[in-house]
Amino acid sequence: MQDISSAFELALSMVLGGDADLVEIVALSLRVSLSALLIAVVIGLAVSATLAVTRFPGRGAILVLLNALMGLPPVVVGLIVYLHLSRAGPLGFLGLLYTPTAMIIAQAILITPIIAALSRQILEDLHDEYAEQFRSWSLSWRAKVGALLWDGRYALITVGLAGFGRAIAEVGAVMIVGGNIDHLTRVMTTAIALETSKGDLALALALGIVLLLLALVINGLAMTLRMTAGRLAYA
Amino acid sequence: MSRTLRLAAMALMTAATGMAAAPASAQDTAIIVQSTTSTKNAGLYDHLLPLIRKATGVQVNVVAVGTGQAIRNARNCDGDVLLVHAKAAEETFVADGFGVRRNDLMYNDFVIVGPKADPVGIRAMTDAPAALAKISEAKAPFASRGDDSGTHKKEMSLWAAAGADPSGASGTWYRETGSGMGATLNVGRGMGAYVMTDRATWLAFKNKGDFEILVEGDDDLFNQYGVIRVAEDKCPSVKTKPAQAVIDWLVSEAGQAAIAAFKLDGKQLFFPNAKAQS
Amino acid sequence: MLKRVADLATDAVPGRVAITARALTYLQGDRTLLGPVDLDLQGAGRVLILGPNGAGKSLLLRLMHGLIAPTSGTVSCATPSANGPGRATQAMVFQRPVLLRRSVAANVDFVLKQGGRRRSAERDALLARVGLDGFQRQPARKLSGGEQQRLAIARALAVAPDVLFLDEPTANLDPAATAQIETIVRDVSEAGTKIVFITHDIGQARRLADEVLIMAGGRIAEHGPASQVLGAPQTDAARAFLDGRLVF
Repeated sequence: MQDISSAFELALSMVLGGDADLVEIVALSLRVSLSALLIAVVIGLAVSATLAVTRFPGRGAILVLLNALMGLPPVVVGLIVYLHLSRAGPLGFLGLLYTPTAMIIAQAILITPIIAALSRQILEDLHDEYAEQFRSWSLSWRAKVGALLWDGRYALITVGLAGFGRAIAEVGAVMIVGGNIDHLTRVMTTAIALETSKGDLALALALGIVLLLLALVINGLAMTLRMTAGRLAYA
Repeated sequence: MSRTLRLAAMALMTAATGMAAAPASAQDTAIIVQSTTSTKNAGLYDHLLPLIRKATGVQVNVVAVGTGQAIRNARNCDGDVLLVHAKAAEETFVADGFGVRRNDLMYNDFVIVGPKADPVGIRAMTDAPAALAKISEAKAPFASRGDDSGTHKKEMSLWAAAGADPSGASGTWYRETGSGMGATLNVGRGMGAYVMTDRATWLAFKNKGDFEILVEGDDDLFNQYGVIRVAEDKCPSVKTKPAQAVIDWLVSEAGQAAIAAFKLDGKQLFFPNAKAQS
Repeated sequence: MLKRVADLATDAVPGRVAITARALTYLQGDRTLLGPVDLDLQGAGRVLILGPNGAGKSLLLRLMHGLIAPTSGTVSCATPSANGPGRATQAMVFQRPVLLRRSVAANVDFVLKQGGRRRSAERDALLARVGLDGFQRQPARKLSGGEQQRLAIARALAVAPDVLFLDEPTANLDPAATAQIETIVRDVSEAGTKIVFITHDIGQARRLADEVLIMAGGRIAEHGPASQVLGAPQTDAARAFLDGRLVF
């Protein structure tokens, strides 16, 4: 209990004091997870839009696979990426292991299925509603997908937040492929793991509180965006 | 759509190149040291890295994992220097051609910690195997790393010396955490189990609660650290020059003095014992 | 994507709308939902399709518009601008308008943009035509039922259709909103667009129709000028429907 109250004090003083190490770690966490999100959104939306609008043999199997991949354990993703990026692995020549890029790759792999599976459901529901009108307009595939993405954008923001939340909160994958190297690949979660293993539970918890605050701020921003812009379109 | 795609592609490229280019200035003189959680958790690198940087100009990036995993990573060429504590495994690593030469670097010792109440009564024993035998007879909870780390290897050798094989009791009184030293200490504290730990991690550990050192001072508990440069024959990607520069400094008088100077609460954690370079 | 068959009709007169169905049949499994139907709808004017639920009215409309493909037989819709490059010549308004989750203006703009046009003046004119000028910035889905249906009509008119299909556009509306829609439809029709309009409301048919088509059991029971079909129906099925009796 003492740990918890001192953790709050510590978190407060770190945030207010603008601790340089903390700022660096937070900045890297954001850089890694937002980059991963960007990649996952581009790939995930392309996949989900295709699945929502098109019917083809094997589609059902892909949906099952996609939904199953949402449960990918971060450690497994980390291992797979490690095996590829290791100097002994097929992509070792790129020299990406233990860099932020490796962490971005791992997180992107982790959350792309989440973005794809959740947005597929949203876009497909929307498409069911619009399909007859789209056919009446003889819309091209491109126009259809564009309209679905645009009209689904507020629901898709929530999907993005879910993906971002999973990325910024995971520790297993970035620990393996990033190595938790101070000033290079240390992010919020690996720092928390490190402090926990040092037995500094108060500091670990304080970092956890900062991570939570970060998530709150980002979700708040997204919500504000959704509310202000959404007023124009929703019913 | 094409416009959106182009924008996205551009953003991706900037992100990717930005990532790759970030440490560019230090790139050539940055090396990766595969090392142990004990040295990292104790804070040794926070003390040493700035000094290494100053003396050699090399940026050292430390990946701290168990000794077993550190050696495996180095075998995959994912490191330039190996700094671990499992002499036999290190010598195999060199014999297999992955390491150039093994240097003794420093030592400290292992201790057995446990709750103040000490239910089995091993306090102040100086014979570590005998203490372990007592724990195993009493089936008192014992938390083990169980992760093929240097500490785990040492612990297994002590069980062997005690004539006991706890692996059959795994999951009952013998608990293998499969995690780092600090995590194992957290687990041990959580269930009031005895734990064998290196002294440095223990001293730096902040979640001691009512735990204290019960067994220490046995010669069997000696903990030798070695440092090895990864061989460029096996791993062409190794940055030989800066790696050797770092090792040279570590075993030099200045480096050894720096290791000796690292203290926590006034206590020295690592004792340099590199042999003079020939 | 279904292709609309154009210019199949042998008796198509250039410059005139000609909707032609020959032995048009639609099955669901073994069940015949429609047909066989033979039909010629020529020239401008307003065709009102009447009939009880399940008579196949909506199905016929969807087949004519090309939303679904017939099981057998043919249906074609030759229109004056059918040969124009990529130019839509038909539009449809659904019973429940499918409005995009955007503003009123953006709903019309979307259709204009598909046709390669993007002039706000054109959009504003369309909205004015259905009495929605000034609603531009409102969210489409927050409009009242009648307003939503008028927006759907404005959007349909954005493709400058030669034929406008309406599937019970006033089924969910109050009398005032219904009257507004009827005025707009009459106006659109007088500007030269052929109207094919499904309704349950015999009064509406009397008010709007030039030509009436009564359907029952998936077939056309009677088809002719409004005054003739509504005033002196020739078939039992048509008489039964107009008398308010059940027909099968």
